[in-house]
Amino acid sequence: MDIVIGYLPLILKGTMITVLVSVCSVVLSVVFGLLGAWGKLSGSRAANRAANAYTTLIRGVPDLVLMLLLFYGGQQILNDLGDATGMWGFLEINHFTAGVGTIGFIFGAYMTETFRGAYLAIPGGEVEAGVACGMSRLKLVVRIIWPQLVRYALPSFSNNWLVLLKTTALVSVLGLHELVYEAMTAGRSTRQLFPFLFVALTIYLVLTAFSNTGLRWLGRKYSVGIRRT
Amino acid sequence: MAEQEKFDHWEAIQQFSENVSPIDFYLILENWPMFWEGAWQTVTLVGLGLFFAGMIAVPLAVCQVNRVPVLSQVVSAYAYFFRGTPLLLQLYLIYYGFSEIDFIRHSFLWIVFKDAWWCTLIAFTINSAAYTTEILRGAFDQVPRGEVEAAKSCGMSAWKRYIRIIIPSGLRRALPAYSNEVIFMIHGSVVASTVTIIDILGAGRILNGRYYLAYEGFIAAAVIYMIIVFIVTRGFNFWEKQWFAHLRPRET
Repeated sequence: MDIVIGYLPLILKGTMITVLVSVCSVVLSVVFGLLGAWGKLSGSRAANRAANAYTTLIRGVPDLVLMLLLFYGGQQILNDLGDATGMWGFLEINHFTAGVGTIGFIFGAYMTETFRGAYLAIPGGEVEAGVACGMSRLKLVVRIIWPQLVRYALPSFSNNWLVLLKTTALVSVLGLHELVYEAMTAGRSTRQLFPFLFVALTIYLVLTAFSNTGLRWLGRKYSVGIRRT
Repeated sequence: MAEQEKFDHWEAIQQFSENVSPIDFYLILENWPMFWEGAWQTVTLVGLGLFFAGMIAVPLAVCQVNRVPVLSQVVSAYAYFFRGTPLLLQLYLIYYGFSEIDFIRHSFLWIVFKDAWWCTLIAFTINSAAYTTEILRGAFDQVPRGEVEAAKSCGMSAWKRYIRIIIPSGLRRALPAYSNEVIFMIHGSVVASTVTIIDILGAGRILNGRYYLAYEGFIAAAVIYMIIVFIVTRGFNFWEKQWFAHLRPRET
C-alpha cells in the first residue's frame, strides 16, 4: 500500500478525469436522447426513420468499436474534408473530445429509449388539461411535461449513468489519461500492477456508491407529493 | 477468353475499391479469413463464458432467494463488486495483476493465468455470473406463490420443488432480461482485444495496422458485430415465442 500512497496524486488526477468525462458525456447523451426521443415521437416520417436507425445502429455495435472508429476514422474524414474544401488545415481531435463525443453519442441512443418511455408514461389527460387552461406550448413543457419526464425517466437514467461510468474505462484504450490509464502507468513503472488495479476498482465502487446516493436524492426531490403505492 | 474477361472484372473492382470508393471493401474481403477466425474467437469466448456463468449463477441465485445466512451476504458483495466495476479493469486485474502474486506463479494455477485466453474466459464468466445472478434472483422471486404452494401440497421436497417448479419457471421468466445480458456480453467482449486476443475487433485492428488504414477494419468489425447481435436478437425473439406460447392471446 505504501507504493500506492506515493502515486496517489496521479491516481486522483485520473479519477478527476474519469468523473469529468462521465459528467460531460452524460450531458451530451441527454441532449442526443431528447433529440432522439423527439424524433421517435414526432409525426415526421423522416425524423422517425433517422431516430430508429440511430438507436438500432448504436445498440448493435460495441462501444469500443464505435469509439475507435470515430476517433481514428473521424479524424481522417475531418482532415479529408478540410483538404477537399480548403477550409481548415490539419486538425487533431484530442482524446478527451473523442471520448466524450463517442460516449455521449452512444448513450444518447439508450437515453432516447429512456425519454421516449418516460414521455409515453405522462398521462395524456394532464397535457389536455394544461391545454384547456390555456397554457402556451412552452409553459406546458416547463410546468407539466418536464417535471414528470424527469421523474419517469429517472430509474432508467440512473441505470444508464452507472453503465456509462464504467464505459469510460474504455477511453483508456484511446490513450486518455483517466483512472485506468493512470493506474496502469503507475503499476507498470513500479512493476506492481495488482495494488494499483485494486485501488482503481475500489475507486469505481466508491463512485458508484456516491452516484447511488445522489440519484436517490434526486428521485426523492422529483417524487415530492407522489403517493407511494 | 471468358476467363480472361472475368479476370479483368476483378481487377477493375479492385482498382475501384482502392482508388475511388471511400472504403476499401476489396481489401476487407481479401482478409476475410482473419475476420472469420476473430468471429469464431468472440463467439467461443462469449458462449463459453455465458455457459459457465449460468452454471454458477443458478445456485447463487437460489441461495439469494432463500437468504442463506452468511452465503447470501457474500454473494451480494460479489455481485455488487463485479457489477460496480468495469469489465476492462477486471480483465486487467486477472491478466496483469494475478501474474504478480507469487502463490499463483508457483502453482499449477499459473498454467491458466499466464494465458490471455483463459484469463479472458475467467473474467467474462465471473462478470457475467454476477449480472446473471441478479437477473435470476429477480426471476425466482417472481415465481407465483400459488405454484410453490401447489408443489408443497403435492408433497414435493424442497429440492424437488426447485428442480421441477421454481427453476424452470424462473428461467422462463428471466428470458427477456437475460437476452439483454447476452447482448451486453457480446458488446463487452471487445475488451479481449486489449489483452492480445484476436477477436473481431482484434482482427480489425490488425487490418488497420497492417495496411495503415484509419477505419476499414473497424467498419468491418462493426458490421460483423451487428450481424451477430441481430442473429442473437432474432433467436431470443423466436425462443420467447416458443416459451411464452401459453401467454399468447387465444386465437378465435
